[in-house]
Amino acid sequence: MLPITYYVGLSAVLFIMGALGVLIRRNLIVIFMSVELMLNAANLAFVAFARYYQTMSGQVFVFFVMAVAAAEVAVGLSLIVAIYRARRTVNVDDLSEMKG
Amino acid sequence: MLLSEVSSSPALFHLIPWIVFFPVIGLTLNIIFNGRLSEKVVGTIASTASGLSFVIAVLMAWGLAQNHGEPVVVPFLEWIHIGTLQLDWAFQVDTLSVVMMLVVSGVGTLIHIYAIGYMHEDVQHQGNPRMYPRFFVFFNLFIAMMMILVTGASYTMLFVGWEGVGLCSYLLIGFWFDKGEDGIGNALAGKKAFIVNRIGDFGFLVAMFLTFWAFGSLNFVDVFAKAPEVAEAMPGVVVAITLFMLLGVTGKSAQLPLFVWLPDAMAGPTPVSALIHAATMVTAGVYLVARSAPIFVHVPTGQNAVAWVGGLTALFSATIAVGQYDIKKVLAYSTVSQLGFMVAAVGMGAFVAGMFHLITHAFFKALLFLSAGSVIQGMERGEHHIAHHAHDDLHAGKKKRKKKEEHAFDPQDMRNMGGLRHQMPVTFWVYLTGAVALAGVPPLAGFFSKDEILLEASHLNTPVYILLVLAAILTAFYMGRQIFMVFYGEPRTAPAEHAEESPPVMTIPLMILAFLAFFGGLLNFPGIQTLEHWLEHTFAFFEVELESLPFSPAVATLSTILALASITAAWFLYGREPLKKGEPDPLRRILGPVFTGMESKWWVDEVYWFLIVDRYVDLAWFLADYVDWRFWHDWFHEKVILAGYNAFTRILSVRVDLGGIDRIANGLAEGTQALAARMRRLQTGYVRNYALSVFLGVVVIIGYLMFR
Repeated sequence: MLPITYYVGLSAVLFIMGALGVLIRRNLIVIFMSVELMLNAANLAFVAFARYYQTMSGQVFVFFVMAVAAAEVAVGLSLIVAIYRARRTVNVDDLSEMKG
Repeated sequence: MLLSEVSSSPALFHLIPWIVFFPVIGLTLNIIFNGRLSEKVVGTIASTASGLSFVIAVLMAWGLAQNHGEPVVVPFLEWIHIGTLQLDWAFQVDTLSVVMMLVVSGVGTLIHIYAIGYMHEDVQHQGNPRMYPRFFVFFNLFIAMMMILVTGASYTMLFVGWEGVGLCSYLLIGFWFDKGEDGIGNALAGKKAFIVNRIGDFGFLVAMFLTFWAFGSLNFVDVFAKAPEVAEAMPGVVVAITLFMLLGVTGKSAQLPLFVWLPDAMAGPTPVSALIHAATMVTAGVYLVARSAPIFVHVPTGQNAVAWVGGLTALFSATIAVGQYDIKKVLAYSTVSQLGFMVAAVGMGAFVAGMFHLITHAFFKALLFLSAGSVIQGMERGEHHIAHHAHDDLHAGKKKRKKKEEHAFDPQDMRNMGGLRHQMPVTFWVYLTGAVALAGVPPLAGFFSKDEILLEASHLNTPVYILLVLAAILTAFYMGRQIFMVFYGEPRTAPAEHAEESPPVMTIPLMILAFLAFFGGLLNFPGIQTLEHWLEHTFAFFEVELESLPFSPAVATLSTILALASITAAWFLYGREPLKKGEPDPLRRILGPVFTGMESKWWVDEVYWFLIVDRYVDLAWFLADYVDWRFWHDWFHEKVILAGYNAFTRILSVRVDLGGIDRIANGLAEGTQALAARMRRLQTGYVRNYALSVFLGVVVIIGYLMFR
């Protein structure tokens, strides 16, 4: 069996990739997918530790996260579609009306 | 001891308040029915009211005679009770006050009746018949006030009456307040009388305060009972009381140095001059001294001062009377002079002689004034007669000029008269009676009273005696001058030629007064001394000893000879060769500048004007211009208060409000703005920036949780 460090390391790599994706990419869809990537990195850490500590709570959390993520995808994608319809773009740099 | 005597007083004396209330009822009726009654009814109401007062006075005299002349105090109203100060309205009925009551109401009633006729013509002449009832309202008010004065049982009530008659005097002097010189002459005369009297009243008030302080009471009986012991304990205070009282006397009785108001008071209608400024009110000062005799006899200093003031006044104003042309001014200065006789008499302690002269003077001086009024109206009638004829004869243009001349004509100027004995026989005879009585020719009233004063003076105070004899000589002279100028010779003007006699309503009171002026001497005939015995009751009650001097043929003969001699001198100057029209007074040739002095009243008014009035006006100007305007308004108000307030508000508004509160508020806002301007740069609008900060925040929080 693989030691826990590998799982946590993979999880961290995935999370950092997701975070960098959120910070660097400009396409909303990609950012959105990066967010999903961070969520799944967290899920991976949850199940890894659940397995390691032999508890169920981590796995239950994963289900919750999946459920919330599914709902989030539904809301998020529809928002992206609405933004695209209104602005004909999904580039976040063009959506800077909140600039102070 | 006194209260028991009071309670035993017969019921008759309880009628005494009516002596005040009858005139009050009379004036109330005339006020209520003002303008709705005919002149005759108005005059009758007023005269009846005064007459009823006379009836009460007679009843009081009768009651006192029954009561052996014992003084009676009739309590009437409680007025002010504060601590030991007890001021009540009580009536003093004794032989002294009854004499005054009889004189005031008796002579007053005759003058009321005369005034019915006089004022009827006067209101027509002045062109304002609506003033007729007002005159009688004032007249009745005067009688009421004079009665309060003479019947008061304390100095307080005496003072109430004293001020009341002063008010009536003011109202009646200025009765035709829109007439006289420049339309304000009469009003100014009234004002002068009032203000000069204030000076005297100040003295009387101070005397009252001192009396209360020294004696603890103002009631006559209490004060006089204590007089000997207080005079011994604090002589200085009692002297001060008498001297301040003297100041009051000089004001009310027109003595030196305050006599200047009385001649000007002749601006009032002639009945006023007769009643108030000759017969009654001006004698209040003499009454005050006689009433205060129990105090005065203990202080020779005060007595001497009073006697000297009286003697000097008698001579001084007699000299002025010689140089006057106005028929009423001569009588006015004569009144001042005769009041000087009375004041000198009561000052020397000859109280009976003073009161005797007061009575006879009331008769003959009222007579003289009323006759003078008759003469003046006779002249006015003559003037009217001429104007009427002019109306018939001349055409309009000339009539207008005639009217202008009328205005310049002075019906009171003796130089415009002459020969009136033919036109006005009744007036002439009564005037002659009054003048001879005043001159002091036996057997008329003035001789006896004046002789008694001279007799006492010759014993008590030689310098004053000499002053009084000189004044008596001048008295006879100026009365002779007046008679010859007015009634003898040829008429000097057309109005005098056409003068007409007065109606009976005026001449009958004159005849009664002439009768009194003729036989008044019998009241205190030498040897019988009715008045002295009558007044003795009161003075003995208050332990004032009257020394009765025997009739002195030497003094009497001397004064008679002097009187006759000066009447003869007057005849030589004015009677032998009557004054022609436009001719200067023959005395001017003889006396030269001295006559000018007499004519100009020795410039007393001018001196007072220069010394007091001008200085007062200067002071008023100084106060108004410098103190009030420049110091108070310009400096204090403008500079100190206004400028100080402005400076203070400037500090408040600029430093505190703008510099403090506003700066804090604005600074807060600006600071917030400046901060916000920097902070808004954080809001880039780029999602990744927000995301980065969220990440960093999370990193910081986690870092903190891990490494804390």
